[in-house]
Amino acid sequence: MAEATVLEPVVGTPEPVQRKKNTLVVVLSLVVLAVSLVLGVRVGVSTTWAEIGRSVGGHVGLPVIPLPRLLDSLIWDLRVPRVLLAALVGAALAVCGAVLQSITRNSLADPYLLGVSSGASTGAVIVVVLGFAGSQVGVTGGALVGALVAFGLLMLLLKRTGLDSVRIVLTGVVVGQLFAALTSLILLASGDSDSIRAVTNWLLGSLASARWPSVVVCAVVLAVGLLVVWLCSSALDGFAFGTDTASSLGIDVRATRTVLLVTTSVLTAVAVAAVGAVGFVGLIVPHGVRFMVGPLHRRLLPLSAVVGAVFLVWTDALTRVLFTPLEVPVGVFTALLGVPLFLLVLRKRGEL
Amino acid sequence: MRIETRNLSWGVPGKTIVRDVTLTVSSGETVGLIGPNGSGKSSLLRCIAGLRTPDAGSVLYDGEDIAGWPARQRALKMAFVEQTADTDSDLRVAEVAMLGRTAHRSLWRGPDASDHAQVAAALDRLDLRGLADRPWKQLSGGERQRAHLARALAQDTQALLLDEPLNHLDVRHQLELMELVHGTSQTVVVALHDLALAARYCDRLVLMHRGAVVAEGAGADVLTSSWLRDVFDVEAEIGRDSLGHLAVGYREPAR
Repeated sequence: MAEATVLEPVVGTPEPVQRKKNTLVVVLSLVVLAVSLVLGVRVGVSTTWAEIGRSVGGHVGLPVIPLPRLLDSLIWDLRVPRVLLAALVGAALAVCGAVLQSITRNSLADPYLLGVSSGASTGAVIVVVLGFAGSQVGVTGGALVGALVAFGLLMLLLKRTGLDSVRIVLTGVVVGQLFAALTSLILLASGDSDSIRAVTNWLLGSLASARWPSVVVCAVVLAVGLLVVWLCSSALDGFAFGTDTASSLGIDVRATRTVLLVTTSVLTAVAVAAVGAVGFVGLIVPHGVRFMVGPLHRRLLPLSAVVGAVFLVWTDALTRVLFTPLEVPVGVFTALLGVPLFLLVLRKRGEL
Repeated sequence: MRIETRNLSWGVPGKTIVRDVTLTVSSGETVGLIGPNGSGKSSLLRCIAGLRTPDAGSVLYDGEDIAGWPARQRALKMAFVEQTADTDSDLRVAEVAMLGRTAHRSLWRGPDASDHAQVAAALDRLDLRGLADRPWKQLSGGERQRAHLARALAQDTQALLLDEPLNHLDVRHQLELMELVHGTSQTVVVALHDLALAARYCDRLVLMHRGAVVAEGAGADVLTSSWLRDVFDVEAEIGRDSLGHLAVGYREPAR
């Protein structure tokens, strides 16, 4: 007993040490993100660093010799937005996963749990079948509308039953199943093989059609959404022991859950509308990050965003390299990579 | 802080669980809530904590009706420890205790020096300092129970509601906890199964049966053979142990 008193920390890890460690983690992860973005632009196309520099430099107003039109467009109009969109979508999905795992107290929760992505699919399929598949804005817009309709239905059903964690999960599954069935019905009833192919690609999640408008929308929504959920950090921590304990801690459970459900649904809707339903990011990233920095959401949420971004940028880059000239949807690859990673994390945490 | 309930009733559809309870707990008093399983102790505590809205009657803190109070306002006055509150999350003991500071913190900042000081003091009072960094999954039942109590103390309220806090605790920690509850200046309402400990450490006992309060008063007045027979359905004799504390001896059930 006596010898322990000298070595014992005051309470947990002493605050200055913890703060220093946090700062280090934040700086390090941002550096990794920056490097990933730069490398992500480089990987896959046969361009040189100089050409990338000239293209990007020219567009941000630096005095560089402009590239030929086609090459410049390849880098600036296709590759740069693709990498940025991968980062934004990865971040959004990871953050949504972390939030939903907390409010449903279910470690299997992911952004698609609420059925919002199925709604998006239905919207996209309707647009494709109606024949606007050519314009990307049409598919994205349809997906967004579908996602919001599904979310509206979800909240309508939850309004009557309350926001109990189990009910959120069950209602989400029901809404998801309904829209999945609608999607299949529409496809079978009126889809020709071309539109089915186009839709399948989209359903699996593909970054191939990333353009600047989606990047801007995603960036704005992600910035706002991340701020909102981060401000709910201590409430998200408080949900750990259930509704009654959370409420006794001073958390307005119903209001907080509503805000968080709306925010995650909008984030998911925008992400799915932009690139389709990329699976597994929202499920595994928060688990991996918890393993690194623990379960407190003040740290978990921002770091999940960064790790999610890095993960999707790299997965997309690998997809481009490994399967050229085939355009394999990135969603296929996230699952291929995600399953072993997930098993590894679970095993490390002693849950498997 | 003085806690009152006035003609408080609460139930679920088809069943009244708390029946017309009128109770006053004076500031600084420790009141033990006793009664068999299903007698409404936990539900009464939840109503007093403001976690359930009474179907009839009211709950008052220092004379003020708490109906419509925001969660945060309640949390600054009253801390509550549920009977079983478990989690899959791998929070550490100090982080669990820090949850008690939720109502004291603003949205924008993390825990500050005063939060850490409160948590440290709470962990000390529950003998948890050495376990501060231990994750939830590695704690025993008793350690989890104490972590919840530390969380409630860190909440720094004038009143404390505890539902079966002795569950999972070994004898020594049971005694230490009851000493702590008895010695604190906070108003405490505590639901207990151990009748002898309840009588020994509580200023007053409240006996519940089928949702209603049937007896209240000093330990020796409430713990009588006839009440134990009527409410708990046991034959018992009340005496003193060799240290002079009230003791309850149970006979074999008749059937």
